[in-house]
Amino acid sequence: MNANPSVGLFVTCLVDLYRPNVGFASIALLEQAGCTVVVPETQTCCGQPAYNSGDSSSTRKLAQATIMAFESFDYVVAPSASCAGMLKHHYAELFEDDASWFERASTFADRVFELTSFLVDVMQVNLSSKPFDSSVTYHDSCSGLREMGIKTQPRSLLTSVDGVTLNEMEDTEVCCGFGGTFCVKFPDISERMVTDKAALAKQSGAAVLTGGDLGCLMNISGRIDRLDIPMRVYHVAEILAGMTNVSAIGAEQSAEQGSPQSPGVNAASIESKKL
Amino acid sequence: METKTLSFKRAATDALKDQELQRALNYAKDGFIGKRTQAVAKLPEWQTIRSDAREMKNHVLENLDHYLLAYESAVIANGGMVHWAETAEEAANIIVTLCKDAGAQTVAKGKSMVGEEADLNGALSEAGISPIETDLGEYIIQLAQEPPSHIIAPAIHKTREQVTDLFHEHHQQYGLHEKVVDRAALVAEARTVLREKFIAADVGITGANFLIAETGQHILVTNEGNGDLTSVLPKTQIVIAGIEKVVPNLDDASALLRLLARSATGQHFSNYTSLMSGPRRAGDIDGPEQFHVVLVDNKRTDMLAGELREMLRCFRCGACLNHCPVYGSVGGHAYGWVYPGPMGSVVTPVMVGIENAPDLPHACTLNGRCAEVCPMSIPLPSLLRKHRQTTFEKQLVSNASRYGLKIWAAFASRPKLYRAVTLVIVQVLNRLGRRRGRFKKLPLAGGWTRSRDLPAPQTTSTFMQLYKKHRQNP
Repeated sequence: MNANPSVGLFVTCLVDLYRPNVGFASIALLEQAGCTVVVPETQTCCGQPAYNSGDSSSTRKLAQATIMAFESFDYVVAPSASCAGMLKHHYAELFEDDASWFERASTFADRVFELTSFLVDVMQVNLSSKPFDSSVTYHDSCSGLREMGIKTQPRSLLTSVDGVTLNEMEDTEVCCGFGGTFCVKFPDISERMVTDKAALAKQSGAAVLTGGDLGCLMNISGRIDRLDIPMRVYHVAEILAGMTNVSAIGAEQSAEQGSPQSPGVNAASIESKKL
Repeated sequence: METKTLSFKRAATDALKDQELQRALNYAKDGFIGKRTQAVAKLPEWQTIRSDAREMKNHVLENLDHYLLAYESAVIANGGMVHWAETAEEAANIIVTLCKDAGAQTVAKGKSMVGEEADLNGALSEAGISPIETDLGEYIIQLAQEPPSHIIAPAIHKTREQVTDLFHEHHQQYGLHEKVVDRAALVAEARTVLREKFIAADVGITGANFLIAETGQHILVTNEGNGDLTSVLPKTQIVIAGIEKVVPNLDDASALLRLLARSATGQHFSNYTSLMSGPRRAGDIDGPEQFHVVLVDNKRTDMLAGELREMLRCFRCGACLNHCPVYGSVGGHAYGWVYPGPMGSVVTPVMVGIENAPDLPHACTLNGRCAEVCPMSIPLPSLLRKHRQTTFEKQLVSNASRYGLKIWAAFASRPKLYRAVTLVIVQVLNRLGRRRGRFKKLPLAGGWTRSRDLPAPQTTSTFMQLYKKHRQNP
């Protein structure tokens, strides 16, 4: 296996819009693992919103654009099991009537990975992370668990970080109620599900909630904040890359927040102070 | 059964506020999920049996005509009769005629979901024939005049207190005046009441869990033995079954039986798993004199011919319901028709018409737990997505949804425009939300902000913009 593979980072629209820090953390981690990371400029969205709403033709267009932007890399990595799952498991079936695109999408699919499982299963990285002195509970996204086989990998990475204690939630395999457009189409049912999940997170006794999917994390943190539950929420990439000196998801904007001051500075916090 | 599928959203909202229902649902959920997990853990060959079963059932569906005709021949050879009903209504008419021909005044019924499709109780009552439900759960909801809310535990939405009250009200006529609270005592009282009805029934109607093509037999799976009493005591027996219930032989049926009870209730086997052979044979000590099977299509052949074929592997265990967080939050009645939960959201739009149930395929987070626990490996989320494609094509989703998606897709296919517009959105949202870090309210985001804060974007720039700058000034 190539020790210095080229990786196209599929940054995901939520990270792009909401939390660039996760993108920079992903790059830092991939580079630490020895990858050369490129971020194709033409990427936009994996197409899941259209796909899950039954709009196959729009999805196909986005899929083709994504494949074309990324197929030249050894690997395609996303800091999201849900987006990675879309690229890996659903692109090919969009082209059942088009043999050449089906082939292209299938080849492409083999190279797609979610970030933490890529680091552990493919790169077998030994991370050297800055300490993160906190009890942490990990939220498993449904796509992570069921589409991408992600359960042990993020946990093994987290427990390798000095200072982290892992407090498991109960009922980790129960959905948090995000479900993409579901949470706004069926807000009452979503509210019930996310309330249950917030309670489980609180019951874990952890000070920090983390996970690999920003959609789930925004959903749960949104409910946690509405219920005044004092937990901080970070994407797992941020913890692993030692980039938690930005405000937690949904927290007041303050560069000086949270556990230990990281000795170095990182690109995202420089940029956010400038702007 | 009245179709209330169009009011799913409202019914779901009401269900969420119903404290007694919520209590009942929580109790049921813990029981079903925990027990199934334990039962499956004790069977190391679970996945092997599961994949063999899928292959076997796929083979049957590929050759459904052959196996149904073989079953029919075998039933006739046993001395029974087979009737073919293309629609649910036809099935009800056939059964009402058979009951009238038998001069029936009361009919004992075992639980049958396909019977619910046909609204058998309604049809019988209209014809002046009294149907008595013998499954305890069905009996309870018959007293409450409600439809079933779960495919194997029809009264799961009822708390023990509610059952106590129902029995107290309706058993006065039998001289039973005490309010019974203890669970075992409630069952015993029901048993006493129902025993008389079994004996009095002129006709017994049951469903069938499996139809055996080779032998013309069928299998009944119950925990109460009501299927057995319904089948052997009355002089005329009628079995109503969907055409997908047929399996080639007893070996194949055994494989499915290993999956069924474990998936449904976590039992290794139900209390009564009975093999029924049709009419009484010479030398049999009991059995009906007349035996009829009514095979029902009701859009199953449509599913067979199309993209939903895999749904026909379903043998109605209820595991998908039990593990579905949506079903677990709102219960079965919200779905508005016979079949709730994930499998209900697939079959109901087919059977009642998708324009009458456009919300059901969307009331799902696609979390996939249903497919994970389905003993027959039915890819429920994929099937629901196919329905979503239909609702999109037929414009059954809200205009706001359609336009929103079209706009998103239009942006997302134009990277430069996407970059420019997202940058503006992020700048606006970040500036608005920067102080608190989150929004309690935001125009157009009411669905989210009703119950959740919405985090503000982290900075006034998108990742792509920052990355570009960072690369230019490393």
